[in-house]
Amino acid sequence: MIGAVSLAWRNLLRNRRRSLMTLLAMLLGLMAVLLFGGYIRDITYSLQTNFVVSSGHLQIQHRDYFRLGTGNPAAYAIEDYERIIQSLQRDPTLGPMLVVTTPSLQFGAIAGNFASSVSRTVYVTGIVVDDQNRMRRWNDYGQRDLSSRNLSLSGTPVNTAIIGTGLARVLKLCGPLAVKDCEPETVSADTSGSALPSDIAALAGSVAKPAPVATDGQRPRMEILAASPRGAPNVADLRVLAAEFQGVKELDDVYVALHLAQAQKLVFGSARPRVTAIALQLQHTAQLPAARERVRELLDTTFKGEPLTVLDYEELNPFYGQTLAMFRAIFGFIAILMGAIVLFTVSNTMSMAVVERTAEIGTLRAIGLRRGGIRQIFVFEGLLLGCLGAVLGITLSLAAAALINALDLTWVPPGRIEQVPLAVRLIGEGTMLTVSAVGLIVVAALSALVPAARASRMNIVDALRHA
Amino acid sequence: MPDPSDQFPPTSPGLPPEPAKIGVRKKSLLHPIVLSRVSKTYRLDTVDVPALVAIDLVILQDRFTVISGPSGSGKTTLLNLIGCIDRPDEGRIMISGRGVHTLDDDALSDFRGRELGFIFQNFNLLPVLTAFENVEYPLTLEGVAPAKRRDRALQLLAAVGLEAHAHKRPGQLSGGQRQRVAIARALARRPRIVLADEPTANLDSKTGSEIIDLMRDMQRRHHVSFIFSSHDPKVIEAADDVVYIHDGRISSIERRLALPKEPA
Repeated sequence: MIGAVSLAWRNLLRNRRRSLMTLLAMLLGLMAVLLFGGYIRDITYSLQTNFVVSSGHLQIQHRDYFRLGTGNPAAYAIEDYERIIQSLQRDPTLGPMLVVTTPSLQFGAIAGNFASSVSRTVYVTGIVVDDQNRMRRWNDYGQRDLSSRNLSLSGTPVNTAIIGTGLARVLKLCGPLAVKDCEPETVSADTSGSALPSDIAALAGSVAKPAPVATDGQRPRMEILAASPRGAPNVADLRVLAAEFQGVKELDDVYVALHLAQAQKLVFGSARPRVTAIALQLQHTAQLPAARERVRELLDTTFKGEPLTVLDYEELNPFYGQTLAMFRAIFGFIAILMGAIVLFTVSNTMSMAVVERTAEIGTLRAIGLRRGGIRQIFVFEGLLLGCLGAVLGITLSLAAAALINALDLTWVPPGRIEQVPLAVRLIGEGTMLTVSAVGLIVVAALSALVPAARASRMNIVDALRHA
Repeated sequence: MPDPSDQFPPTSPGLPPEPAKIGVRKKSLLHPIVLSRVSKTYRLDTVDVPALVAIDLVILQDRFTVISGPSGSGKTTLLNLIGCIDRPDEGRIMISGRGVHTLDDDALSDFRGRELGFIFQNFNLLPVLTAFENVEYPLTLEGVAPAKRRDRALQLLAAVGLEAHAHKRPGQLSGGQRQRVAIARALARRPRIVLADEPTANLDSKTGSEIIDLMRDMQRRHHVSFIFSSHDPKVIEAADDVVYIHDGRISSIERRLALPKEPA
């Protein structure tokens, strides 16, 4: 039986080399779009996972803390946070969704290494270490090689801290903490002018020598100075366990992590301890809308009198949304570019086919095929090319993605502190695969429309003269 | 104003005196094709070239009619107009009682498929289809059931002596065999009229004679009007009626068979 599809297929096979080249262009276009899309998808999941393991899906804060509170945490802290955490965990709707509910306290302070006479302003985060370790195990997207090791603060005394490597250098703690690029401070010798008297030169030399670092056994010491709610200075003498790179230099130069109890003692002294945020980590990101809605209900009812709000990880980390928007724009650009290439390739192929088959078009019209029938033949050829390209493109993209993933390539993305796998995620991304495949088929069919319309408008007598 | 096609005979040279009586009888049967004051002009760059000038013609049904004349005389243009693949600039064309000049493109396509069959000088078979499929294809357009299509196509291929070559593609067939397939395809939908433009021009003398005999045989067996454009003496010799055309005008009509008599 000779249907339109059968005829289209045979016509495609008629000029195999040209059909193959067209198909190849479509395959490459689809593969480029899918592989880049899969790469972006993996980055998206990786970024999301990174934020969720460190700060949860949702955070309950004082309603003005995010805008105003970082300079004065005491004024924007959450009172009675333990009662709120208990209520959240016991809530029949919210409770089953929660993996971790943990408080944290963030504030600005001054860190000093008084033995070396250096200090600088820092950003201190007080955490419940066990909770944070549990949060770090979240891996809803099955990210490969995700670091789930515990925090360095695990099982350590309350007076210990972790700092950024940049801060370690500034505080001259980089040597004892074995931080890379830790150059000893040197004084350049000024050889111009007359020589110094020997006694003054000896004195200058003694000043230029690095000061000894205060250590307690193997751990260097550091002092943190913070202001209490009433403005009184509180100082804590801490042992620095390690210096860890924080990914972004601006954060790395000011980062200090403490046990929550120590941080609360610093800010609130003997007053009732408070926190600046309660982080909620959910089992799945898909639960986020429902969980947020429920938290809002609780804040509006159970905690009606308290000035609290709930923010999700996207609101808390604008970088996430900006990164995704950038990748979406790049992806859109590539998709449009590939679509245009496919459009012109298929259109060119169809145009050549129309020219070559002019006499056949005349014959078909003469024996009774309507203009619409001629259009159908060429559009079906485009559709068939699109379907073939889609099936082969998806198959080859899946194979290429598997190959890339098997190579265990790694990279350090912006904002991360450690190598992460360079992966392409296509398995399970049904929507992306379907939309890309349908897009290719539609573009291929659209590409054939103009040549098909031209073929259908041919004058029959003129067309028959081409025989 | 009366329709010129209803006035028999139209004023044209060479028309037999009898058509006045025939016209009173079953016109659609006896006068399947009527052209009245048909003109066609082609434009070459800035010059208008008249291909046909005010043609009046009646082509009788169930005849082997040849339109003959020198190259450029307008015979192919006349055949194209009768075949409804071209439109006249002026005048009317009635085929099987329908004014085809009034039909829109889709209706004309349907009309061609239903009423007309075509045989081309270059055979014009679809190269991606087998001989069987080429014959079957017009039936597919008509929406005939697969089993009936198959029977009809095989029947026709057998009638033109090509049942053994049914599954060969045109590229695997000789010129004569291709033209036989084209004849079978032209007859597939049981048309009233088959139009053939120089059907023997690309065939050797022997094959050309065989093809003429075959068409003659098919015309008799299927009761179809065959209309040719040709200046092949063998085709003219085999014709029932010969319409001579010169410079876009009918110079004479030679009717070799007696006109049908009125039924008692």
